[in-house]
Amino acid sequence: MLTILFDGVAYGMLLFVLASGLSVTLGLMNFINLAHGAFAMVGGYVTALMMNRAGVPFLATLPAAFLIPALLGVVLERTLYRRLYGASPLDQVLFTIGLVLMAMPVADFFLGDEAQQVNLPAWLSGSVTFHGVGISLYRLFIVVVCGLIAVALQLFLVKTRFGAQLRAAVDDARVADGLGINVDRIFAFAVGSGLAGLGGALAADVVGGIDPSFPVKFLVTFLIVVTIGGSNGILGALFGALLLGVLDVAGKYYVPSIGAFIIYGVMVVTLILRPQGLFARGDGR
Amino acid sequence: MKAQKSATIQRLEAHLHRRARWRVPEIVFWVAVLAAIVALPSRAALINEILVSGLFALSLDLILGLTGIVSLGQAAFLGLGAYAAAILASAGYADPTLGFAVGAAVAAIVGLATAPLLLRGGDLTRLMVTLGVSLLLGELANRNGWLTGGADGLNFSMGKVLGLFPIGFTGQRNAALYSYVVLFVLFAVARRLAQSPFGLALAAIRENRLRADALGIATGRRIVAIYMVSAAYAGVAGALLAQTTQIVSLDLFDFHRSADVMLTLIIGGAGYLYGGLIGAAAFVVLRDVISAATPEYWEFWIGALLVALVLIGRVRIWDFAGRAGSVLSFKPVRGDAA
Repeated sequence: MLTILFDGVAYGMLLFVLASGLSVTLGLMNFINLAHGAFAMVGGYVTALMMNRAGVPFLATLPAAFLIPALLGVVLERTLYRRLYGASPLDQVLFTIGLVLMAMPVADFFLGDEAQQVNLPAWLSGSVTFHGVGISLYRLFIVVVCGLIAVALQLFLVKTRFGAQLRAAVDDARVADGLGINVDRIFAFAVGSGLAGLGGALAADVVGGIDPSFPVKFLVTFLIVVTIGGSNGILGALFGALLLGVLDVAGKYYVPSIGAFIIYGVMVVTLILRPQGLFARGDGR
Repeated sequence: MKAQKSATIQRLEAHLHRRARWRVPEIVFWVAVLAAIVALPSRAALINEILVSGLFALSLDLILGLTGIVSLGQAAFLGLGAYAAAILASAGYADPTLGFAVGAAVAAIVGLATAPLLLRGGDLTRLMVTLGVSLLLGELANRNGWLTGGADGLNFSMGKVLGLFPIGFTGQRNAALYSYVVLFVLFAVARRLAQSPFGLALAAIRENRLRADALGIATGRRIVAIYMVSAAYAGVAGALLAQTTQIVSLDLFDFHRSADVMLTLIIGGAGYLYGGLIGAAAFVVLRDVISAATPEYWEFWIGALLVALVLIGRVRIWDFAGRAGSVLSFKPVRGDAA
């Protein structure tokens, strides 16, 4: 029981890191980035390839899994995304679906369509028993790493000048603009993409390897996290992700016959009752 | 003042009447499609696919192009219609007409039930709700294998259309003709609908829902109504697909179906009804050509096309096409369809 709860929390934390970048793009730029999963896929590939082909230890690949997608994010933001700020949602959806459709065959072409496995180092692959609760070491690792990221992000948003500007811009872009607040969007985009990449790298083992269909397989899950959490804040996304993670894992364990219904059901119910998200502040304007 | 106003109204009425008339290019279009079916029996399967995709894209055009509601879950109704027709046929009621009527009815009912969800929140919420509903239905079909055949799908045989014309592998041309007739009738209805006061109200909602509200248009009810009609159209498309291929599988509910149909509509241009049909022809032929050249990577080129389309600007392309000679009766929507 507690093991399942813990697995759920770990899964939720993972979802949070994967989706937090998306909630920033959505909240800050009102940009519906359906290609978010592609950045996660890149991160996963970076880790898998560095480990399997170059023999780099797992931990050492994680910074690269953050940096490379972040860099890619900057390049794409400068060349493509920025042209679509303020475009209609339909255009954004079409554009990012187009990107996903391009990313998948590219991955397939260079790396083949079989899943690239991330082989965990020995010190992460066992499990410990703590007060009678079996805890997988890797999931513990995920909880710790993702927890640290969440804390860092929250501190960053609350304590720094940039964070305050970001929050202001997310709350009301127009007023923030009028006050002369000029948020550095590239930076936010880069961090979001980097976090997605890191999430992809961490998730690779849990979801059974990274393959070219990753961006589509998890697209829906990301969107559900953001929808449930509400798109204007890190904490909302965190709670949304945890709720979803626990419900999903517990649901698949206790009532496998319902399986994936639970998360979709939760999403639809959430959208009916609170379209602005469960944890959003205010009335969702 | 009064005289001026009535002159305006007269002009408007004359304009609406002009718009309602079937133009020569439209008639040529439909005759050409019919001729293609008759003249190219060896390509009948491909033409049938185009016709069915065209009907599916038309269903999306009703809500996206006419009303400006963005949906990523049109596959829900395609799947519902297809499974309704397939289950009916497997149960022994193999009459195709009955099949697509039931498919349309089932899709319409579910459309009516889920439409109120569209009235809340912004575009993103709508995207998510429609996507969520289609995924839920897909999962439902997956779990209820006793009814839907689960991951194996259903294989069934169809009766003859009106008891006369066999469709399916032995009668691919009949199948294409059957799809053609259904598509034409439904298109004519949609065309009429678009030009009715109801259609004009939808256009008002698309241009500015707040102002439409202020004008006294019951926007909520209009949206629910058109969503239901659109669902029924998609249901018929699903039923036709199931009947003419005599197989259904779970991928009908997939995300990529919803994305493909949106792509189809965008290629053809949203908002003037023919866009879906032209887009379907372009999409299916394009996919055929590209996948013949690079069977595994055709998606890449479709994606590249999509990105290019958005970056160059859908509106600009259609303005250009409009200037280059307005091919069909009414102009594509100016401004954004969303």
